[in-house]
Amino acid sequence: MKTIKIKKSEWAGAMDKARNTYRLAGPVKHQDYHVFRELEAAGIPDLEYGDLRISPKTVVMPQSEPMFTFNLDEHKEDHHVLHEVPFDDTPRAVVGIRPYDARAIQILKKNFDTDDYQDPYFLRRYNCCTFIGLADTDPSPTNFSLSCGTGPFDETDLDMLLVDTGDDYIGKVLTDKGEAFAAAAGFKETDAAEADATIAEMKTKAEAQITTGVEYDNIAAMDELTLHQAPFWEEIAFACINCGTCTFACPTCWCFDIQDEVEGKHGIRMRNWDTCMSEVYSRHASGHDPRGKPFQRTRNRFMHKLKYFLDKYNDGIMCVGCGRCISQCPVNIDIRTVCKTMNDYQPEN
Amino acid sequence: MTLPNPYQPYPVRIDNIKTETEDRLLKTFTFVFLNPDDEDKFNYQAGQFAELSIPGQGEIPIGIASSPTEKGFVKFTVFRTGKVTSFLHSMEAGDIMGIRGPLGNCYPWETLQGKNILIIGGGFAFTTLRSSIKMMLDPVNRDRFGNIDVVYGARNPGLLLYLDELKEWETRDDINMHITVDGTDDPDWPYHTGFVPKITEDVAPEADKDTYAIICGPPVMIKFTLPVLENLGYSHDNIIMSLENRMKCGVGMCGRCNIGKELVCKDGPVFTLAELNETPREY
Repeated sequence: MKTIKIKKSEWAGAMDKARNTYRLAGPVKHQDYHVFRELEAAGIPDLEYGDLRISPKTVVMPQSEPMFTFNLDEHKEDHHVLHEVPFDDTPRAVVGIRPYDARAIQILKKNFDTDDYQDPYFLRRYNCCTFIGLADTDPSPTNFSLSCGTGPFDETDLDMLLVDTGDDYIGKVLTDKGEAFAAAAGFKETDAAEADATIAEMKTKAEAQITTGVEYDNIAAMDELTLHQAPFWEEIAFACINCGTCTFACPTCWCFDIQDEVEGKHGIRMRNWDTCMSEVYSRHASGHDPRGKPFQRTRNRFMHKLKYFLDKYNDGIMCVGCGRCISQCPVNIDIRTVCKTMNDYQPEN
Repeated sequence: MTLPNPYQPYPVRIDNIKTETEDRLLKTFTFVFLNPDDEDKFNYQAGQFAELSIPGQGEIPIGIASSPTEKGFVKFTVFRTGKVTSFLHSMEAGDIMGIRGPLGNCYPWETLQGKNILIIGGGFAFTTLRSSIKMMLDPVNRDRFGNIDVVYGARNPGLLLYLDELKEWETRDDINMHITVDGTDDPDWPYHTGFVPKITEDVAPEADKDTYAIICGPPVMIKFTLPVLENLGYSHDNIIMSLENRMKCGVGMCGRCNIGKELVCKDGPVFTLAELNETPREY
């Protein structure tokens, strides 16, 4: 596969060109922060961004999404029958996604694309996406992606990897889909050896900047119940106010709620992000709640990410080390510390 | 390409509504499919559940009370407790809604082939047990199973579900019924009086590798019945339970019904006690 190079001054033009073939999703400045979203007709992905507070999982799993429409007017045919909401499957280019956030989308896919059921809402979005990644040349202190099976320059789940070299972006085309995007955007080929050397050097530098990580080998070896019953959970959750910020910021959290909304005789069945921190998340209609105490909900979240997922799929933890939950937690709970506490645990018997 | 949508319910019409209990909190809804082909697609086994889907209200996971041997309709018995069940209780025959499923696993009928079955039910958790009994008693199936014993209890006679069928099963010689109530002021009450665990202790068949207990009921009944079965020698592999947890999707994706790594909606709702012993038991 080839290597491309584009001047930053020509970036907007290239994106305009790509838009003839693709709907674009990417980072754009919104008030004080960048958000990652599907762009309006003239929107240009702004690659000069630091960290996103909300992950780009919105591209495949919007915060709110209509599933069905219905009408409750008994005079009309098909009343009380659900109709699927049509979907525009024009190819989408997800431009400027961090490599570890692209990894996170593969983690979501494990949940939504199974042997028994395929979630059409996730898959119809996922299937039309081309992932044009942007290397993280300046990882934050909270980034520990290298220890989560990915990293700031990880190419695994991308169709193209772009690297910001100052005046230009250079890019490695990684798949046929990436090749097609490069053609649509009119990216010009450049000398591969020189570009590879630059990328390798920047990668080494970025990776060296990541100085923290997690280990989970003992967690993997330990019995699920032993960890669940470990004495440290109330202490870990002591300050947690179950606000759910971690779950909304997380690129791998996939829980959702389904709600009907009605205006007059017209209704929509929606699905919305949910959070396992919520009091009503698993409370039965009877009032009984298997995780009624706040610490039990915190425990369930960490156990899910660091143990249940690991056991179920045998493919690492349900975390890509992006650090969003660490930097945004209002009470400074740090998943790296929790993971270490779990991994270091030595039951007395 | 349009992907099949597991969230799309089959449209159904409420054919009949029967109030089951004196307190009127339980009603049995009989549904017929608007599109006759959908009945074949809704191909279920006793023990499975479905999402009853009321546009504008939401969905509720409810065990299927009819038996796969009953054709032309599906039945669900619903306890009025939350928003959707309250609305459902106000609906009338002829109303249109949806059913999504069948969902979850069923009782392990292959394992239960040729085995003695002890069914223990309490209160309104008798719906999928009714489905199971009806299925096993069907002439096509009866020879596939050994002895069938049923311990079924409610607080008082007016709270027993499916009373007409219970009485009919009492008269048969291919099933041993042990109906009980916690208490009654009816001096002519012909069946047992006493809590389910005690009656189980008195009437349960001897434990052996070929005898399985299926137990469904309120938490307090389960709590006191499990030790009885253990004392009788039932192994944890031979005790089968059906769980409930809050659900939305029913297909293992929305997250909330997990017990450890198991999802009640997809990996369950049926588990053996041996399986549950390995989970954090958050149900």
